[in-house]
Amino acid sequence: MAAIQVVRSEWTKIRSVASTLWTLSLAVVVTIALGMLISALSKHEFGNMSRKDRLSFDPTYISFAGMSLGQLAMIVFGVLVVSNEYSTGMIRTSLAAVPQRGTFLFSKIAVATGLALVVSMATCFVAFFLGQAMLGSHSAALGDPHVLRAVIGGGIYMTLIAVFSMGVASMLRSPMLSLGILMPFFFLISNILGNVSATKKIGRFLPDQAGSRIMQVVPRIDDDTPYGPWGGLGIMLLWVVAALLGGYALLKRRDA
Amino acid sequence: MIELSGLTKRYGQKVAVDNLTFTVRPGIVTGFLGPNGAGKSTTMRMMLGLDRPTAGDVRIDGKHYDRLKDPLKYIGALLDAKAVHGGRSAHNHLLCLAQSNGIPKRRVAEVLDTVGLTAVAGKKAKGFSLGMGQRLGIAGALLGDPRILMFDEPVNGLDPEGIHWIRNLMKSLAAQGRTVFVSSHLMSEMALTADHLVVIGQGRLLADTSMSGFIEENSRTYVRIRTPQRERLLDVLHDAGVTVVESGSGALEVDGSKAEHIGELAARHQIVLHELSPQQASLEEAFMRLTAESVEYHAHSDTPAERQPRSWGDDWKRS
Repeated sequence: MAAIQVVRSEWTKIRSVASTLWTLSLAVVVTIALGMLISALSKHEFGNMSRKDRLSFDPTYISFAGMSLGQLAMIVFGVLVVSNEYSTGMIRTSLAAVPQRGTFLFSKIAVATGLALVVSMATCFVAFFLGQAMLGSHSAALGDPHVLRAVIGGGIYMTLIAVFSMGVASMLRSPMLSLGILMPFFFLISNILGNVSATKKIGRFLPDQAGSRIMQVVPRIDDDTPYGPWGGLGIMLLWVVAALLGGYALLKRRDA
Repeated sequence: MIELSGLTKRYGQKVAVDNLTFTVRPGIVTGFLGPNGAGKSTTMRMMLGLDRPTAGDVRIDGKHYDRLKDPLKYIGALLDAKAVHGGRSAHNHLLCLAQSNGIPKRRVAEVLDTVGLTAVAGKKAKGFSLGMGQRLGIAGALLGDPRILMFDEPVNGLDPEGIHWIRNLMKSLAAQGRTVFVSSHLMSEMALTADHLVVIGQGRLLADTSMSGFIEENSRTYVRIRTPQRERLLDVLHDAGVTVVESGSGALEVDGSKAEHIGELAARHQIVLHELSPQQASLEEAFMRLTAESVEYHAHSDTPAERQPRSWGDDWKRS
């Protein structure tokens, strides 16, 4: 079984279902549009800000504000790519065609990750430029220190969110269960844990809290985070690897 | 060639497949028969490496399924017609299967034509009727031009034209020297297509025999007699040493005697006969009797006897 055959097959699968198009389009549109809106609002608010807030004003990070919602569409993309197989029963046909389960799972995830990376990178660059256009005189330029790292990092972050969801979905199989856990986790629970002082120390090691640091250019004034932008992305990557290994271990063992 | 040896699948305490050993040979249609829940689908899933056996082994042409390079070229299977992504078109469904096994793209159009789905190749599978779904599943099985084909209940949900088509397809595939393994819970269906028969009940092997051997062994032949001079005939038959069973509807049934013999006896004693007909019990009855025994056996051993063997013909009259 040549892995390249399976990759080609997974590419046909992913491009031939409508959910791929609408989840990714939604991620693009929401991330960019919401980023532009918040950038425009921030420009108007700047005059009313305190000195402290102005010092930590981070135009790059603000233009990525739409990602808090846009990532939810990426989660749906990641979950559906994997759990579609289970919810439709296609998994039996797929595994009969490719009985090497590791080859099957990782080809699928490689194809979906590649697609997510291209879309995420494009989204982040567009969100950055349009966001800066909205910010007008308060904007950052791509050539400013650390800005390019933040924009590329944003693309990687968005991709990893999708890959993490693929890993979770390969463990849980059910799309409803996967979404029911991932959506509230990333939209609410992680934010709550990361902002309540009692749980902050744990909360910042969660995948999205750690990973999103790569998009910050201007550090917060009272920042005591024990890792840097790449360290944070590394923590997120560990989560992703753990989810994928969990998914692989279960797929290997389970009856299809 | 598919070889099963001691194949067993347990789910907790429940034994779904119990120590199955048999061989599916090429060139003939092998019917895999058993009542619903006998373990047919579980066995087939283990053959395809989808479910892991608790014990025992299945080999396809001497190899484990997951050791096959491009398995669709060895064995094509229709397990469940609904095992497709409904949002994908028939063409793309087959294309992704073909690509995964390095099968040339032109085969997709060829098998769509074989199963008669060319006109709806671009349509999403969720709009398909059950019969069209079965055809799509069969197209997938034929895709790699495999030497072994496996169909799980292929006639389910098909209209008479579709059933006819599938019977002929299976026969022609076997005639080409391929191994054809087809499951069913209907004996009458098997009688029309299968050359060899593997019967299971409660996961255990009950019979592994040629179709004609099964018919010979299991179908009871008897002579049915109706007469207004019932008592006289009973005496005459008794004197001649013939055992008679009185059937419910006032007719008499004689096992193991030829109609000619009884007719001559009656004539010699000038007894009027209204009916003298050789009868052959249906295969369905033989099958029911065979599987009822296994059901009964288990019913006594662990659960209350809720599934009593029904009178023969109950089932096929309904279906």
